[in-house]
Amino acid sequence: MSAIKTAPENAKSRDIRNRWFLSLPALVIIFVAALGPLLVMVLYSFLEKGDYGDVKFGVFSLEGWTSVFMQRDIFDDTLGIADAHLAIFWRSIKLSLYTTLFTLILGFPTAYFIATRPARTREIWVFLITIPFWTNLLIRTFAMQQVIRNEGILNNLLIWLGIIDTPLQIIYTDTATLLGMTYVYLPLMVLPLYASIEKLDFRLVEAGYDLYANRLQVLWRIVIPLVKPGLIAGSILVFIPSLGAYVIPRVLGGGKNLMLGNLIELQFGAGRNWPLGAAMSITLMALVMIALLFYVRNAAKSGVRHG
Amino acid sequence: MAERRFDIRSQPGFGFIALFTFFALYLPIATLVAYSFNASDSLSSWGGFSLRWFASALENSTVQAAAMRSVIIALWAAGLATIAATMAALATTRTEPYRGLTAKYAVINQPLMIPEIVTAVALLIVFSRIKVWTGYSGLGYLILAHTAFCIPFAYLPIRARLESMDLTLERAAADLYATPWQAFRFVTFPLLRPAIIAGFMLAFVISLDDVVITEFVKSGGQDTLPTYMLGQIRRETTPEINAIATIFLAASTVLIVIFFFINRRKPQA
Repeated sequence: MSAIKTAPENAKSRDIRNRWFLSLPALVIIFVAALGPLLVMVLYSFLEKGDYGDVKFGVFSLEGWTSVFMQRDIFDDTLGIADAHLAIFWRSIKLSLYTTLFTLILGFPTAYFIATRPARTREIWVFLITIPFWTNLLIRTFAMQQVIRNEGILNNLLIWLGIIDTPLQIIYTDTATLLGMTYVYLPLMVLPLYASIEKLDFRLVEAGYDLYANRLQVLWRIVIPLVKPGLIAGSILVFIPSLGAYVIPRVLGGGKNLMLGNLIELQFGAGRNWPLGAAMSITLMALVMIALLFYVRNAAKSGVRHG
Repeated sequence: MAERRFDIRSQPGFGFIALFTFFALYLPIATLVAYSFNASDSLSSWGGFSLRWFASALENSTVQAAAMRSVIIALWAAGLATIAATMAALATTRTEPYRGLTAKYAVINQPLMIPEIVTAVALLIVFSRIKVWTGYSGLGYLILAHTAFCIPFAYLPIRARLESMDLTLERAAADLYATPWQAFRFVTFPLLRPAIIAGFMLAFVISLDDVVITEFVKSGGQDTLPTYMLGQIRRETTPEINAIATIFLAASTVLIVIFFFINRRKPQA
């Protein structure tokens, strides 16, 4: 009976079988309530829209996809560029890039400051960053709304200081969305940056000073290249949720300053154009994938360079 | 050079920006909490200290129902997610790479990679059809959806703990004639318990906080606390919404602090 496997081999295949059995519940739940629906959505983007939302099954149509960037003229039925959609796509990308930049400007010095504190106080600073991070996003957005409202403390402060006479209209503008996203996503930038600055070998910094570099040169040519992985990780962690932001623009941006997330919702609600909404969702996912790909390629590169 | 004795770690201005960041992070939250004690009817003017909005929030039956629903969903979702995540963590750690292992990681972490709004509308598409087919429109959909996106959060601490545990103890148990189940029950599980509790709490908070997926998956009259608040936040809101937010904030902060203490307990060396 040469077909009988040797004992270790048998144990190994049993082990793998057990491992599949153990991971099954998690895989099934995620497939049913996350991954599977995404696949269904891909199908929906290629169907014809129903009269009251939903779709007409079995009626193939590319209308959903073409209307992401193109619109049909009401009078002569010709296709033109969908300016309104493009404006919202552009706003989403622009505001997400700005958010990444602003969180970087505030987050890098903050992470650096925390990482250079003595070990005991460092924990407290990290904890102070983590608390807002775990605080409900809606509550933080609402808190920001109260600060920047026309009668909010920011305007009151500026009036009291004599800088302005009448309240600034910040809320329900793109600036409000930008402020809100910077505020909400800031911890996502600080935490990975902190993790990589904490590992920084300060002997290299010292060597830089010994070779007569000034502080700016040390920062630019030693610190930043060494913490690049954290920098990229933080930027990705901020950029991706910003791109798909839904609650923040809805609460702070008002009806005229939609982002991609709100545009998608609109297609499933008042717009009753589910194929278009599905196609837009897939476009958003593609943008995210491009950002992730950029991250993976950079992470691989810097991994090689820094060993 | 004369100034050799300076701190090589410090960078000018960084401390100032850092303190500004901390100030900016806490100012809006502090404002929100402060205004929940406002006696006045409107958010615009301060009318003295009062607990009236807390009383009115706690008496509001819609708020009570929404809070109850939030907790029920979070308990179910966190419980199921923790069980599934523990099993998955056992299946994906302390092993030689095998076929499908990378795919498992990808599937388990998938909810983290996709923007929430995309998952939300995809669930809307599928669940609205299932609602029509089956006629069932209970909390099951919300629990299932929450379980799915909670799994990666429960999985993270459990997997981290397992990876720092070696297999020696289980082997010793096996040498002493423990069955695999006994080895798990009396050796692995007790060592893993802090991480499982931490994973559960993380999942619980994540479920409690969710707005977007809940907003799209819920049927009529199934508001959770966050979706109720989203509906209430308009141009003119009363301080009652601040009081609700403050209570919510206090509750989740307590959970996070407990989570930290559980997680900080270092694995016994």
